[in-house]
Amino acid sequence: MFAPDAPSIISDDMWSLFHKLGSPPWLYRISGSILRWLLPIAVLGLAVGATWGLLYTAPDFRQGNSYRIIYIHVPAAVVALAGYYVMAIAGAIHLIWKMKIADVAMMAAAPVGAALTFIALVTGSIWGKPTWGAWWVWDARITSMLILLFLYLGVMALHEAYDNKAAASRACAVLALVGTVNIPIIYKSVDWWYSLHQPASIKFSGASTIDPSMLWPLLVCIISFYALFTCALLGNMRVAILQRERRTSWVRRLAVETG
Amino acid sequence: MATSSFYGALLRRQLALALRRPVQLLNPLLFFAVVILLFPLGLGPAPDTLSNFAGGILWIVALLANMLGVDSLFRGDFDDGSLDQLLLAEQPLYFVVLPYFFVHWLLNGALLALLAPLFALMLGLPARATGVLVLSLLLGCGVMTVLGAIGAALTVGLRRGGMLIVLLITPFYVPVLIFGAAAVQAAVAHQPAGPYLALLAAMLSLALGLGPAAVAAALRISVDS
Repeated sequence: MFAPDAPSIISDDMWSLFHKLGSPPWLYRISGSILRWLLPIAVLGLAVGATWGLLYTAPDFRQGNSYRIIYIHVPAAVVALAGYYVMAIAGAIHLIWKMKIADVAMMAAAPVGAALTFIALVTGSIWGKPTWGAWWVWDARITSMLILLFLYLGVMALHEAYDNKAAASRACAVLALVGTVNIPIIYKSVDWWYSLHQPASIKFSGASTIDPSMLWPLLVCIISFYALFTCALLGNMRVAILQRERRTSWVRRLAVETG
Repeated sequence: MATSSFYGALLRRQLALALRRPVQLLNPLLFFAVVILLFPLGLGPAPDTLSNFAGGILWIVALLANMLGVDSLFRGDFDDGSLDQLLLAEQPLYFVVLPYFFVHWLLNGALLALLAPLFALMLGLPARATGVLVLSLLLGCGVMTVLGAIGAALTVGLRRGGMLIVLLITPFYVPVLIFGAAAVQAAVAHQPAGPYLALLAAMLSLALGLGPAAVAAALRISVDS
């Protein structure tokens, strides 16, 4: 499909990384060593960020202490959306290059992303009670997150419905890619439809409306959520790899070595 | 076979298949009428309430009618093997699916849109919004047909695709519903509905440009599995 001698902007090293990524034993080994240092960092970062945000920042002058749920709500929402793109890009790689591991990554991302979307919805609803006076408000961003949850559940349900798992992965990749084209349209349209939500507090261009003392712990939390997402993704992938390759010699050897 | 006669034959075949079952032609329209009947029963017969919600009700029911119909878009041809033949044809699948879209739009979209004024009258939608309602349904049903066809193509090989397709394609229908209902609302409120109709037309262009590729890919997966 891609000739190695064709002129390419991708160097040979990258191709070899690409081929290695397609190898389940290599990925299993490397993900194990990544998890060994990334998981402690994620847990530590989350502990530091949450403690900092919950105990050592000033209360908001209008919302009091209730705003502190932002340290869970915003990171979950940010990573939930990013997770969809991880899933869709993995799906695209699987469709285009038929890489063996890409569909494992795609299906590993779906439940993690759905769980984060659910967390964002629940924390948003809990935050809405003291702020807006109702558990559920049909606000643009909450509605968008609900639609995102359905997009995730759709991919998972479609995968479940196919008996032939190879076809299931390709069907889910197509669905995820269609979703990627649609997500900006859905978000923009829901945005126009209604907006009660406070405008975005973190802006990369121009001044943030959030105080720096509140922003730093939030950034720590967001980065920790990304790390946690990566850990969950790799963990899911490792289980899926072992399940899929359970009849191969390297998995048998692994089982013998680890007892 | 020459390319133009190939697509012409395909279009005639789709139309003939639909027209030979006239009762099935009526099904989407009956669905439309029956579900409309539920709203006054559930919301109460007060004319003010109903005319307030009329635009939204008509749009939601049209969306449901389109969604229910689209499930069977490829099913017959999948079951009797004609789809395998079309996949083997030398013509690109991207264009082969267009006659399917057109006939589905004609029978589940255009026909509904033309009948919608009658139901709009029954629900008390102000007469000034009727034209916009018909136009928005004509455009919106086109978008929904393409998006629904993606879901239909993904689930055509599954034995129990019926409920699944609703979960798969409802999120994609959201922008269409928002702008379609907004166009009718704007017309009711004496505001220009043109921008909303333009957005629906833009969505239709985008769907017609990219949708057939997704449907073609999905059909290949369904037939292969």
